[in-house]
Amino acid sequence: MTQFTLSRATLASRIAGLVALVVFGGLAAAPWWASSAFLHLAGEFAVYLALATLWNLLAGYTGLVSVGQQAYVGLGGYITFSLALFFGVHPVLAIPLAGLVAALVAVPVAALVFRLSGAYFAIGSWVMAEVFRLIAAQATALGGGSGISLPASVTKALGGKWLREASIFWLALALGAGCLALVYLLLRSRIGLALTAIRDSEVASTSLGIRIGRVKHVLYILVAGLTAMIGALISLQKLRVSPDAAFSVNDWTAFVIFIVVIGGIGTIEGPILGTIVYFLLREFLADFGTLYLLFLGSLAIVVMLAAPKGLWGYAAERFGWSLFPVGYRITFKD
Amino acid sequence: MSDGLVVDAIESYYGDFKALHGVSLTLKPGSVLALIGANGAGKSTLLKSICGLVSPKAGRVSWRGRDITGLRGAQTVGLGIALVPEGRRLFKSLSVEENLILGGQIGRPGPWGLARLYDLFPILAEKRHQPATSLSGGQQQMVAIGRALMSNPDLVLFDELSLGLAPIVIKDIYAQLPKITGQGMSAILVEQDVTRALNAADQFLCLAEGRVSLSGAPRDHSRDAISAAYFGT
Amino acid sequence: MDLLNTVLQGVLVGGLYALFAAGLSLIFGVMRLVNIAHGDLIVLAAYIAMEVIKLTGLPPLAALVFVVPLMAALGYGLQRAVLNRTLGGDLLPPLLVSFGLSVILQNGLLAAFTADSRKLDAGVLETASVSVGGLSIGLLPALMFATAVAVIAALQFMFYKTALGRAFRATSDDAEIAELMGLDRRRVYAWAMALCLGVVAIAGVFLAIRSNFDPFMGPGRLIFGFEAVIIGGLGNLWGTLAGGVILGVAQGLGAAIDPGWQILAGHVAFLLILAVKPRGLFPRMDG
Repeated sequence: MTQFTLSRATLASRIAGLVALVVFGGLAAAPWWASSAFLHLAGEFAVYLALATLWNLLAGYTGLVSVGQQAYVGLGGYITFSLALFFGVHPVLAIPLAGLVAALVAVPVAALVFRLSGAYFAIGSWVMAEVFRLIAAQATALGGGSGISLPASVTKALGGKWLREASIFWLALALGAGCLALVYLLLRSRIGLALTAIRDSEVASTSLGIRIGRVKHVLYILVAGLTAMIGALISLQKLRVSPDAAFSVNDWTAFVIFIVVIGGIGTIEGPILGTIVYFLLREFLADFGTLYLLFLGSLAIVVMLAAPKGLWGYAAERFGWSLFPVGYRITFKD
Repeated sequence: MSDGLVVDAIESYYGDFKALHGVSLTLKPGSVLALIGANGAGKSTLLKSICGLVSPKAGRVSWRGRDITGLRGAQTVGLGIALVPEGRRLFKSLSVEENLILGGQIGRPGPWGLARLYDLFPILAEKRHQPATSLSGGQQQMVAIGRALMSNPDLVLFDELSLGLAPIVIKDIYAQLPKITGQGMSAILVEQDVTRALNAADQFLCLAEGRVSLSGAPRDHSRDAISAAYFGT
Repeated sequence: MDLLNTVLQGVLVGGLYALFAAGLSLIFGVMRLVNIAHGDLIVLAAYIAMEVIKLTGLPPLAALVFVVPLMAALGYGLQRAVLNRTLGGDLLPPLLVSFGLSVILQNGLLAAFTADSRKLDAGVLETASVSVGGLSIGLLPALMFATAVAVIAALQFMFYKTALGRAFRATSDDAEIAELMGLDRRRVYAWAMALCLGVVAIAGVFLAIRSNFDPFMGPGRLIFGFEAVIIGGLGNLWGTLAGGVILGVAQGLGAAIDPGWQILAGHVAFLLILAVKPRGLFPRMDG
């Protein structure tokens, strides 16, 4: 009789988990050993990792391809600034509040854009972001079209230079790791099973009785809230919001999409690898300006056509790699 | 043999599923082959492999001495192969006549044209300006047959000719079949109703789980043998 | 009278938006493709027109003789070389590849022509107007609107009365079976994209005569075209014209209240219609 064992972890995933812990611990201590340029870069890395992970959760697992996530990045920044400027809320406390408010805003927005399907949903979400941007440009109390900086009185609440830089970095680290952990746990849960089913076949999962519409709806709102928290953090990193920068489709959606596509859509590892590739490319090629963006766009197209599952998907298929075991593996023993 | 259809040990996939495991057949010009087998035996995949909608991963399909393995559907029609697809699949935004015209648009010379088709199925002439999918099931099947004939084919592949049609309509369509195949045209007939298919054909091929389980002339095999081959027992 | 004038100008600008939208509507109808680079291609056409004018000295509208075939050829090539590879049922590849194209076009134009804004000079056509019962109708907006009507009428005729249109409809209905009628879908799609970019060329030249343009204004034009398509109802070309007009009027009324409200008012009109009639005002096709 054939016997088999079910397992989730692989040797690689155990090693990866250990490495992740060590890296996380080392990074948490970074304010004591690293330069402020490093903290800045690492904070930015965490922001992109989080944005990519969230976008991937929507596009890679529920098929909701949004080109309008900058709506929530910008919204998070603007809510944070409003709370700090008009209500005297401590900026750090403003981050979760921004997430909450944005999630509430996402409820009626979802009701509207969910009326569009497929590619039209993508552009509909973009229109939404444009609406947010144009409204922000009308908000004269927040600087209108040219935006506003966080006054020194508010930044003081974050402490001196060292403490301010350290706490913004810690917040970025926490949000980046938190989003990653959340998506990982989500995909291991029962919802994750449903999501994987949707990713693999929407028709089949409908017939399995999974209420796809509802799962998508809830996830869209959750991702909106989390994206706004990241937006709130970005506004503290930059200490400034302006409509064009806070709601930039290039910065907060185009690059994020390229990261996910190049790294590997529909996997947890893909966005991580994609973010690493993106930062490497940026460090080496950013001096070339527009040529760098031309290259990035072409690379995304080539990857999409030649290896639709991205670099990670390609490697995982060839070598059976998995660092974040969300499925089960069956090992047969004779 | 070089003037007919020769399928030699083809292996084809339906998505990731291997639907045909080395299937072979030969069909002489002017003869009718009944292709029978249970659901999922690979009948439709075999027809699609012949007309170019599915590209076999191994083996060879040749037609009139020419290797047509892996040609696209848009190319096989010009060589005289036409398909009457399962479920008819008429173009829903085209009228009856537009469906027929499209069938003949490659301009292959031959006996079939609008006038002759309307002669064969007078009801289509009457309804020619209606949207094709507004017709009854039987009439839609006539359009599907007509659309295939308009390309003046030498080989017609009929997939599930009578599926979903009323018995009286099926009888009508089968009554017209000799008029169609009588022109020296070859045909492969996929049909749920085995008896009807065997009666209309001069040879048959039975598929079970993607393999040929029995073939020959209907009169050379007992019904029991054919039935056993059908169910793969 | 002011209000009437605002509405009239909005209606006429709606013609331009319908030109943005017509190609989008056509390729969605034929191959269910939403091309995110559509707006950037409109801007590309404007730059090509600029170069053609530099080389030949032709007036902008006459330059269309070169720009339309050039863009159509580009569309045919783009579809065969790139976009056809993305079509296969899955939503992501066409969306992401056209998104990549959009970034490439914007930055390619930036590298070639700098971020300076440009404009095509159509001379007296830009300022000429006729006065009808106290309303002043600019010759250029009127010509734009008439062109939109003509283009849509021509597309409508092509789609429903010609062999090419029959091929488009059949391939849209069932591409696999259309293959068996001798219609190679790769070629049919390429023709549709060629036609789409022919219309885009006209839209681009009018855009460049009417206002300044720069490498980054493509996404905005895509959004206007998209809104016109959705307002009018998917797959309905005359509906698309109506959608463009509604968008133009909404923007005009918004601008009359406060210049900062112009674009926003258009988006709000779109969202209102989406909330009330999600399938648009005059839906035709399902999908």
